[in-house]
Amino acid sequence: MSETALLESPGKPRGLAGDAWHDLRRSKIFWLAAVLIVVILLMAAWPSLFTSADPRDCVLSRQHDGPTGGAIFGYDFQGCDVYAKTVYGARYSIIVGVFATLIAGVIGLAFGLAAGFFGGWLDAVLSRFIDVMLGIPLLLGAIVLAKRLSADPASNGVFAVTVTLGLLGWTTAARVMRSSVIAAKNQDYVAAARMLGAGNGRLLFRHILPNSLASYIVVLTILLGINIASEATLSFLGIGLKGDAISWGIAISEATGYIRVAAGPLIWPSVFLAVTVLAFIMLGDAVRDAFDPKLR
Amino acid sequence: MFRYIVRRLLQMVLTFFGATFIVYALMFAVQDDPIQALVGEKPITDSQRAALTERYHLGDNFFAQYWYYIKGLLTGDFGTSMTNRKVADMLADAWPVTLRLSVMAIVIAATIAILAGVVSAIRRGSIFDNATLVVTLIVLAMPIVVIAPIAQLVFGIKLGWFPVTAGRDASLWQLLLPAAVLASLVVATELRVTRASVAENLRADYVRTARAKGLTGARVIGVHVLRNSLIPVITLIGVDLGALMSGAIVTEKVFNIPGVGFNLFRGIRTEDGPLVVGFVSVLVIVFLVVNLIVDLLYAALDPRIRYE
Amino acid sequence: MTDISVGLDPRAPLLHVDDLHVEFRTRDGVAKAVNGASFYLQPGETLAILGESGCGKSVTAQAVMGILDSPPGHVTGGQVLYRGVDLLKLAEKDRRQFRANRIAMIFQDALSALNPVYTVGFQLAELFRKHRGMSRSAAKLKAIELLDQVRIPAAKDRINDYPHQFSGGMRQRVMIAMALALDPEVLIADEPTTALDVTVQAQIMGLLAELQRQRNMGLLLITHDMGVVADVADRISVMYAGKIVEEAPVHDIYARPAHPYTKALLESIPRLDHKGRELNVIRGLPPSLTDIPKGCAFHPRCGYAREICRMDQEPPAYQIAAHRIARCHFIREVLGV
Repeated sequence: MSETALLESPGKPRGLAGDAWHDLRRSKIFWLAAVLIVVILLMAAWPSLFTSADPRDCVLSRQHDGPTGGAIFGYDFQGCDVYAKTVYGARYSIIVGVFATLIAGVIGLAFGLAAGFFGGWLDAVLSRFIDVMLGIPLLLGAIVLAKRLSADPASNGVFAVTVTLGLLGWTTAARVMRSSVIAAKNQDYVAAARMLGAGNGRLLFRHILPNSLASYIVVLTILLGINIASEATLSFLGIGLKGDAISWGIAISEATGYIRVAAGPLIWPSVFLAVTVLAFIMLGDAVRDAFDPKLR
Repeated sequence: MFRYIVRRLLQMVLTFFGATFIVYALMFAVQDDPIQALVGEKPITDSQRAALTERYHLGDNFFAQYWYYIKGLLTGDFGTSMTNRKVADMLADAWPVTLRLSVMAIVIAATIAILAGVVSAIRRGSIFDNATLVVTLIVLAMPIVVIAPIAQLVFGIKLGWFPVTAGRDASLWQLLLPAAVLASLVVATELRVTRASVAENLRADYVRTARAKGLTGARVIGVHVLRNSLIPVITLIGVDLGALMSGAIVTEKVFNIPGVGFNLFRGIRTEDGPLVVGFVSVLVIVFLVVNLIVDLLYAALDPRIRYE
Repeated sequence: MTDISVGLDPRAPLLHVDDLHVEFRTRDGVAKAVNGASFYLQPGETLAILGESGCGKSVTAQAVMGILDSPPGHVTGGQVLYRGVDLLKLAEKDRRQFRANRIAMIFQDALSALNPVYTVGFQLAELFRKHRGMSRSAAKLKAIELLDQVRIPAAKDRINDYPHQFSGGMRQRVMIAMALALDPEVLIADEPTTALDVTVQAQIMGLLAELQRQRNMGLLLITHDMGVVADVADRISVMYAGKIVEEAPVHDIYARPAHPYTKALLESIPRLDHKGRELNVIRGLPPSLTDIPKGCAFHPRCGYAREICRMDQEPPAYQIAAHRIARCHFIREVLGV
């Protein structure tokens, strides 16, 4: 093994982030993901850029009509424009995905930092708590919690689903943060900084956190994809978004009843949903590969 | 080994109480009107209300309520649904088909993941490896609500290769498509872990020793590398069960299989709170027990843990 | 199984490596790990290949065994002759028959070199079962016998233990037992004692030397430790940047090194009788294998270097005495004659 260690190219020295960016720029997957995400974000923010039709303008007489002029994907069983509905569906997916991930990210950060940095009994307690949380499969917990949070029949469920996914989805993130903090803490340079009299706060925010952030962001990017998928699943089951909220999960659920008659209303929201999830997972993958070139 | 088992059992007990407590608390705690929450938006008669209060001991304080709930779980009393059927009976009806479905899914996923993962790892950077990487990425991104209906549409209805739905006494053939759909939920992660693990082990010094011993390539991989590489994959199968359970709810609904997931789906749709809590609790317990078994298996496979 | 003794020439040297070249092709370029290494080994003889880490000595050993990681490693030239048969030309199927049967190898770190999830008994018995077609029980008896031979106490009980249950020294004994199982004629020991405590090192080297004598094996000892070499080696080949720069009987090399690199290595050993004096270290670093200096690869670090050393032409192998060669333009100056 000693021989191979010498094979690393001498090259110009670059920081870890610089190295990663250098690799990332050459990654086709990264660019593909980035373009997709920009399009999806635009769609979520300004759906009218993509369609002039109103997704709520539904006429039963058009039920399951094929594609015409503006409605390039045809009409669903209520006679709504499938394309318009699919475009407008991006908004809640992104809102729920982003905010649930932010909630999970903050909780995971707090738990992971505290457990990893202070160690000892605090770590033991927090780690056991994470074990307990991991004992509940995400969707099963979400079924119970979302049902409770969305008890108000007037709500469209966005708040309930966001909070549910945020409160239940942080465990992996916390574990990753904890182990990378422990790894960073044991580095010699941190011990050196401590000996030079750096306080806990300085150690944490100047030395440990910056080194743990890369892997954390990767985890959160992938979690964002998972959250978007989970929102659709909860909506499909009838405990996610509801009322007049437009959601890919609801659209898929409604369309499954009519697939023998019309496939379009099932296929298009499915494609948009899968592509959105794919984009975030690809982004996470590409960033991780850039930061962790070990397995290439 | 003994110490490891004891420690795992203690951990399991803690996780059991913790997890069931959380599930119970999520359902009932800090609730203005837990009974209304149980039944959802439906109006409720006074006699129903009284029965539910009695049933869930809602007159007592929260910890007493939790205690009754735990006692029920441990004695096989999982509650009664709003349709007045015992959850235990419904489970007894539903689990055989779900068990068949999930075992098939686990076998399908593990077979594909291990075969393709090993080949990918050996031929790192090859066309096969890159194709596998792309396919796993796409499969990974397919939520169950996408893959289940689309698979039914494409392979069931359009191509007609598989039965479109499967009933209560579904044959293995009828269950094949839904099982494959379920397997798709976990196969990508398992494959990637297998690949990474085999790739890492291939570089291990003991592989060089095995080759220096003049063993055939097949034996080096099949006996020396595989045993080491499968350890992390096996533990993953336990965790994956959680994903399979979630997936089964959607899959059984889409393919009309009256199993545990299907019942749970109906319970959610009909706002049958007691049914949902009962089913979820049992699934959580199953999940914990399977993970305990997997951990013990892990110890059996890895002597370094066994003799800790 | 093809009979591997066909074609072997009993009069040819036991092992003769001739002008071996090995490259590693990575995305960062081609690393030339071995650049024309040549040496030979006779039965009962110990040849030490000495060099700093990264000089190509382990890669040479792996190329001889045929267990290079490939890709990225490729043998690009030369011959590995075993009793006159070029192993590099054999099909993998035939080559495999030489491993463990004729040429066996001991690795540096026995903990990682032994498979952690199988008992040592399994790993030893495997050799007898796969190469000799023995039954499980017969193979197990042989395994116990072997552990006895390398003096592992209570071999019968320890046969079912896993590698991590042994101490470092005992683990290395297991490795030795494994290497000797099929009575090879060549034993390659790659830094066999580097991972061990000093006291254990001596025991293991003693055991190796004793077993070698009993079996009249050729021992190829790969090491960076001049102290180990002095006691056990008959001849020494000093390797630098993938090339043998000096080859000599052990006493000659210690008394009068002919290559500046060898001389520098000897001067960098701390010695009791030089207490209080400044220790000579070799300045600079070993060259990067992707960018080996032209001419004599050692010239950037060499005190004797002059213009000719930097020329494209590398110094030839000068014959100094019967079994002595050195690749340096200034042998006379270095030898002090």
